[in-house]
Amino acid sequence: MADTAEILSGLAEIVEEVAGIDTAEVSADKSFVDDLDIDSLSMVEIAVQAEDKFGVKIPDDQLAELKTVGDAVSYIEKNQ
Amino acid sequence: MNLRLPAGTPGAKIIGLGSFQPENVVTNDDLARRVATDDQWIRDRVGIVERRIAEKDTSLVDMAVEAGSRALKDSGLEPSAVDTVIVATCTMTAPIPNAAAQTADRIGITAPAAFDLNAACAGFCYGLGTAADLVRAGSARNVLVIGAEKLSDWVDWDDRSTCIIFADAAGAAVVTAAQSADEVGVGPVSWGSAGDQATTIRVLEESTNKLWQHGQAVFRWATTQIAPVALDAVARAGLSPADIDVLVPHQANLRIVEAVARRLHKEGAREDLRVADDIVHSGNTSSASIPMALDHMRTAGRIRSGETALLVGFGAGLSYAGQVVRIP
Repeated sequence: MADTAEILSGLAEIVEEVAGIDTAEVSADKSFVDDLDIDSLSMVEIAVQAEDKFGVKIPDDQLAELKTVGDAVSYIEKNQ
Repeated sequence: MNLRLPAGTPGAKIIGLGSFQPENVVTNDDLARRVATDDQWIRDRVGIVERRIAEKDTSLVDMAVEAGSRALKDSGLEPSAVDTVIVATCTMTAPIPNAAAQTADRIGITAPAAFDLNAACAGFCYGLGTAADLVRAGSARNVLVIGAEKLSDWVDWDDRSTCIIFADAAGAAVVTAAQSADEVGVGPVSWGSAGDQATTIRVLEESTNKLWQHGQAVFRWATTQIAPVALDAVARAGLSPADIDVLVPHQANLRIVEAVARRLHKEGAREDLRVADDIVHSGNTSSASIPMALDHMRTAGRIRSGETALLVGFGAGLSYAGQVVRIP
């Protein structure tokens, strides 16, 4: 089981791969849409990769609730 | 007494391709004047720069006739040689009569077996698989398979999530018998459906009576479930991903096309694999997109006769189908 820091860094790597955003930019307080300019389809790609990496399920209705990087990290931490 | 059956053939091959698009070009800027969107937004989401939309008085059958005639001319066959016509379509505005019989009649094909097939954006690959097996079984000699769609009749032009995607066109292929095993040019079809997700792409009968899709759900399905279908088609043909020269996925969304290609590269596809990107200037034309992309790529010199192409269609149903073919 990954801890909070490991999930954040793993998620940042996925965001970098999918959306080309430097991992340093991907901090817990950032909003995916407003700060990182990630669109709804990229969010799906990030979710699919996060599911593989962390062994969680992130259905589309849950995905819509994950507004910030921190939201995603805590969702993964709770559900892994 | 046993019933007599035809001898059958070693298999099928494609001997002609053709396509048709209406003249009317609709740019992203044109759409931005109607709904809240802009050129960059559309390019980023779906990779489309422009699409063709038919005039009101151009019917789906008109487009099918044009594409079918061109494919037939390309094959060198006379209309009288065709004994089966399949029109893959999901956008006829009236279900009766079907498109295939009238299309055949207008091309000059007399009394063929003629039927429509609705597997939405997977329709061409379903039709091609059906045609190849009819030829192999000896039920048909020469089959004209047409994917024809007038999606503009079903698009909600006030829905910015779908009106930027869909367009009108027809594409066609002529399928005939291979004389020997080494001439076979259509591999086994890998096909199926996911009816549990039927509601994700549908006509909203209860309200607008227009096409609607759950973009994220469909995107997730397409980017994760379609590459395995393509890989299965390759395996069924006795090939490996490195044997594929050209990848022609249904032109649904450039990002889906790229996701399928990325997965194939991970599974051993060659660096120089050419990937169809016809969507950029044609939009998503459902069952027409694969034969039209093949036709356009051949005309542009991007694919050559004898090369090996991997086709994979997917869409409403949800339905999917793929096969390996040799370029005629």
